[in-house]
Amino acid sequence: MTLLRIENLSASYGVSQALFGVDLEMAQGEVTALMGRNGMGKTTTVKAICRMIRSDGTLMLDGQDLHVLPSHKVARKGVGLVPEGRRCFADLTVRENLIAAARPGEWTLHRVTELFPRLGERFSQRAVSLSGGEQQMLAIGRALMTNPRLLILDEATEGLAPIVRQEIWAALHRLRQETNVAILLIDKSLKELAAVSDKAVILERGRTVWSGDITDLTPEISEKYVGV
Amino acid sequence: MRLNEKYFNALMIAGLLALPLWAVVADQPFTITLVTRAVILALAAVGLNIILGIGGMVSFGHAVFFGIGGYAMGILAYHAQTYTALDLGPFSTDGTKSMPVIWLVAMILSGLVAFFIGLLSLRTSGVYFIMITLAFGQMFFYFAISWAQYGGEDGLSIYVRNDFPGLNTLAPIQFYGICFTLLCVVLFLFARLQASPFGLALNAARQTPTRVETVGLNPMRLKLLAFVLSGAITGLAGALFADLNRFVSPTMFSWQLSGELIVLIIIGGVGRLMGPVIGACVFVALEHFLGELTDFWHVYLGVVLLCIVLFGRGGLIGLLTGKEGVHV
Repeated sequence: MTLLRIENLSASYGVSQALFGVDLEMAQGEVTALMGRNGMGKTTTVKAICRMIRSDGTLMLDGQDLHVLPSHKVARKGVGLVPEGRRCFADLTVRENLIAAARPGEWTLHRVTELFPRLGERFSQRAVSLSGGEQQMLAIGRALMTNPRLLILDEATEGLAPIVRQEIWAALHRLRQETNVAILLIDKSLKELAAVSDKAVILERGRTVWSGDITDLTPEISEKYVGV
Repeated sequence: MRLNEKYFNALMIAGLLALPLWAVVADQPFTITLVTRAVILALAAVGLNIILGIGGMVSFGHAVFFGIGGYAMGILAYHAQTYTALDLGPFSTDGTKSMPVIWLVAMILSGLVAFFIGLLSLRTSGVYFIMITLAFGQMFFYFAISWAQYGGEDGLSIYVRNDFPGLNTLAPIQFYGICFTLLCVVLFLFARLQASPFGLALNAARQTPTRVETVGLNPMRLKLLAFVLSGAITGLAGALFADLNRFVSPTMFSWQLSGELIVLIIIGGVGRLMGPVIGACVFVALEHFLGELTDFWHVYLGVVLLCIVLFGRGGLIGLLTGKEGVHV
């Protein structure tokens, strides 16, 4: 069953148009990699889904038009975002960050700390004092505490040490296996994306230029549009 | 030596209990009145601390709610004491001398006005928010000046302090007991609110409003609710202040008072549980002791404020405990 349906999505920053026709479809429980070179519209697409910028075209979540909803209501409909650059609530502790975002559902403090044991060890520590990797785990945990149906991770492993990246990828594998949450992933690591994703969508200059099963993504296509 | 903030808070409460008791033993009723004034100002500032300390909103018109609380008390008591009817259009009332009823009316009215002011002013932020709240403050100030029915610029005197069941409110220590109890209740509620999901979300909205939206929270609604709560508590303080002085006047709406409330929170520590309390105590002590020496005691208050802003970002509590306060 289709969870997210995007057709011919366009969006602008003032007079500068960033998206010209993005198409994307995701089913419940599916993991989709949103790929493309820098500046091709991946983060703008995420912002449009979360209603952080104005957009046009079809943008439906579970049959409901997201265009009529403000940003916080989109989140309440089940869209959880792990933003680029983490953006944890710096003055709050780990526990407080998670509680502030909590909504009823299967994801609780216990379950998040089970997924990321490191967060449990830092429960009373302020977010600002965490390492980059721990902040990233907190950002993912915070998004999960909203009990999303669609989890969006924008460059979740960027700038992290290899060992921390491994922990995050392992957590995403667990999410894929143990839950029915749909995941939209943006990341530069093609190898890890291929291991965890079911499908891929490639953007080029604000347009969807390729979409399909990740197994069908040939090195030629990837070289042409992603550069790796 | 760094103090533990919890011990410091307990010491403050113990001090606020001990000083008036000493004043009773030493037969110093004026000291009790001074501490009562500090406690009431602290109560108003705790209300402001909800939006300033947790929500990061600098309201320069909070005296509006203090004044509304004061005038609610003044008008109800005036009609009750002069046996005249208070005509409210579809119904009329004889007023009341009952403190709990007056507090309830003061809080409801202040909360309602806070709702409407918040609805308009919270659409802005930063300097525009400060200016809009200041503008509302001035509107109420000039309205009170022109309200001849209730004393206009001269204000309104209430000859007898209002009643509280089972207590002689004219006895300074008993009235102090009421104010101190209310302060403790409000401090307890503030502490609970600060640690509650609502308080945490409000705190998060202060730090990154757009990120709060992505976790499904509406920053406008959070801030509005905080603004209403804050206004209601400040209104309660206004009613007590008017009862303490048995007098209400437009100065209760003045922007200087709004500024003083902010100043005493900064002195004590923004966002700290006991910040407004220590700030109010320092403020009243400076006002009294320096005020005896010079009319220009505000200059010394300015020096204290300057030192705290420059050298102690967490206010006096921050200096004593070694912990920096919140960034507003």
